[in-house]
Amino acid sequence: MEPVQRIEGTMAPLMRSHVDTDQIIPKQFLKRVERTGFGPFLFYDWAYDHEGELRTDFVLNQPEYENAAVLISGPNFGSGSSREHAPWALLDAGFQAVIAPSFGDIFRNNSFKNGLVPIILPEEDVSRLAEIAADPAARIAIDIAQGTVTAGGQTTAFYLDPFVQHCLLNGLDDIAITLESEADISTFEGARPGFKPSLA
Amino acid sequence: MARTLFEKVWDDHVVRRVDGRPDLLYIDLHLVHEVTSPQAFEGLRLTGRPVRRPDLTLATIDHGVPTIGREHGITDPLSRQQIETLVENCRENGITLFGLDDPRQGIVHIIGPEQGITQPGMTIVCGDSHTSTHGAFGALAFGIGTSEVEHVLATQTLPQSRPKAMAVDVTGELPAWSTAKDIILAIINHIGVGGGAGHVIEYRGDTIAGLSMEGRMTICNMSIEGGARAGMIAPDETTFSYLKGRPHAPHGDAWDAALDYWRSLPSDPDARFDWEVVLHAEEIPPYVSWGTNPAQSVSVDGAVPAPGDFSDPAEQEHTAHALSYMQLEPHTAVTDITIDRVFLGSCTNGRIEDLRAAAAVIDGKKVHENVHAMVVPGSGLVKMQAEQEGLADVFTAAGFEWRDAGCSMCLGMNPDILQPGERCASTSNRNFEGRQGRGGLTHLVSPAMAAAAAVAGRFVDVREWSD
Ligand code: SF4
Repeated sequence: MEPVQRIEGTMAPLMRSHVDTDQIIPKQFLKRVERTGFGPFLFYDWAYDHEGELRTDFVLNQPEYENAAVLISGPNFGSGSSREHAPWALLDAGFQAVIAPSFGDIFRNNSFKNGLVPIILPEEDVSRLAEIAADPAARIAIDIAQGTVTAGGQTTAFYLDPFVQHCLLNGLDDIAITLESEADISTFEGARPGFKPSLA
Repeated sequence: MARTLFEKVWDDHVVRRVDGRPDLLYIDLHLVHEVTSPQAFEGLRLTGRPVRRPDLTLATIDHGVPTIGREHGITDPLSRQQIETLVENCRENGITLFGLDDPRQGIVHIIGPEQGITQPGMTIVCGDSHTSTHGAFGALAFGIGTSEVEHVLATQTLPQSRPKAMAVDVTGELPAWSTAKDIILAIINHIGVGGGAGHVIEYRGDTIAGLSMEGRMTICNMSIEGGARAGMIAPDETTFSYLKGRPHAPHGDAWDAALDYWRSLPSDPDARFDWEVVLHAEEIPPYVSWGTNPAQSVSVDGAVPAPGDFSDPAEQEHTAHALSYMQLEPHTAVTDITIDRVFLGSCTNGRIEDLRAAAAVIDGKKVHENVHAMVVPGSGLVKMQAEQEGLADVFTAAGFEWRDAGCSMCLGMNPDILQPGERCASTSNRNFEGRQGRGGLTHLVSPAMAAAAAVAGRFVDVREWSD
């Protein structure tokens, strides 16, 4: 994973509650065996009508929001299915962070693993950002080391678990970190009770 | 110190604990399916890392498989590629796979319990949010993403921050016709779709203890629909007698040793939970979901709400949006809602007991002429058992299609999907927009309610129904 230290760019407001991962990337697009190429199908059912035509009233289809780096949304974003295709699709479409009052737990985990930063801010702050984002040219800056979001001349702090923050800043590979504890894992395995099931 | 069931299982799996870092947990069983694993195996290949414990990994094919005409092979080229990729990955890495030609093939959360490989006190993960199902045995079981699948394949461990402990107590006698499905819909209705976020829920109380393992699995299955990381139920005699004699259950001295351990797992009497919720079973009617998330449900003798019934503006807007998607007028009586399709199956309600409950309702009756109804057993073994018990004949005589095992129309990754505007009584777990097919309208119900709706062509109150 590439280190993520600072995110700067414009925002797109998608102010709905409970945006679930079935919405972020519908199931008919989960059949790829790669991690890439999901961007064009992001929010497919909202972005295209039943004839497959682009819906011009959908916020992300408006050309002014095309290059947005940060998505602003409502509570419980990314709830539901565990599909990691959801953060892959958001990244593929150019998003580097999502700001919402709350997130589905699995989505949030999956996002960090891919360098997409899910940021929790209180509802009032999210609404304020959405208002600012009504101007598609308005810019936002996210500083991961400081834990701050700056937009519209105002800076707001957010919380990141220090270890998660450390991994993001340094682009650390989780598996490599865990494999440093190889000896502990082997010791644990040696002591596992014999009644535990195995397929061997 | 007094500990909860969840805390005991967690503590027993900590490989490494360092301040300021997530605990490193050992994983006893890793379940794998074709949709969320290809990129994980690819990751291993790119980094040259082997699968650490193929003997603790079990794979099946469920999400994308056709449930009819399997003898012709898989016609969708992308699904075929995904399935062939899994077969190849399992072969290369020595992982046991219940493939399409195996009678044990089925939905990943049905086959584990069926084989007796899901046991109390285990940690179980799978790249699937409904892994919480296995918590019915007193296991700590939760869904993970593909990066985590890769992590578990490589290390058999997972770094995890410890969630909070939540208790949901259900006490009293469940009314006739109310089922485990109605209990969990009631719970989600009560706590909301995000209510359990960051928590592991332990379901407790005499109502839960009185349920069969099938019913307990239905409840734990939908924990994620309340936002929870996992759901658990303390193991007891019901659990032990379900497990005894299953292919992967311990036997002989190992059974006795396991039993001693399992009996030590239930929460200590004075263990503390971060949040406790109490529900009275007497007040739980058969539920029907009316909206686009599983908390939007109402008693079968009720009506769908109007946006104005809520004071919170966000909730008003959310309700209006859901009603418009569901093509429902505010205050429509649930029993006035007519349906086009019935789907009986999924990891929520695709087990033998579910099929029995539905068959009992339709025995000797016919599916309504406007309704297309199908049964998709949760596994090949459930299918076989239902055929032996004569249930398959009851379904086909009534006009249901009798299919092969898989996820099917629970998420419609295979050809089983709703057409836009088709309205379905479904025993699955998610009524999200487009979940069962783009523009499809899903109502979540219990197997008995789905069966009655199939016959009547609309929702009926099974409690008063004798047609
Ligand atoms: S039956 Fe539905 S919920 Fe269960 S694993 Fe399959 S797709 Fe997921």
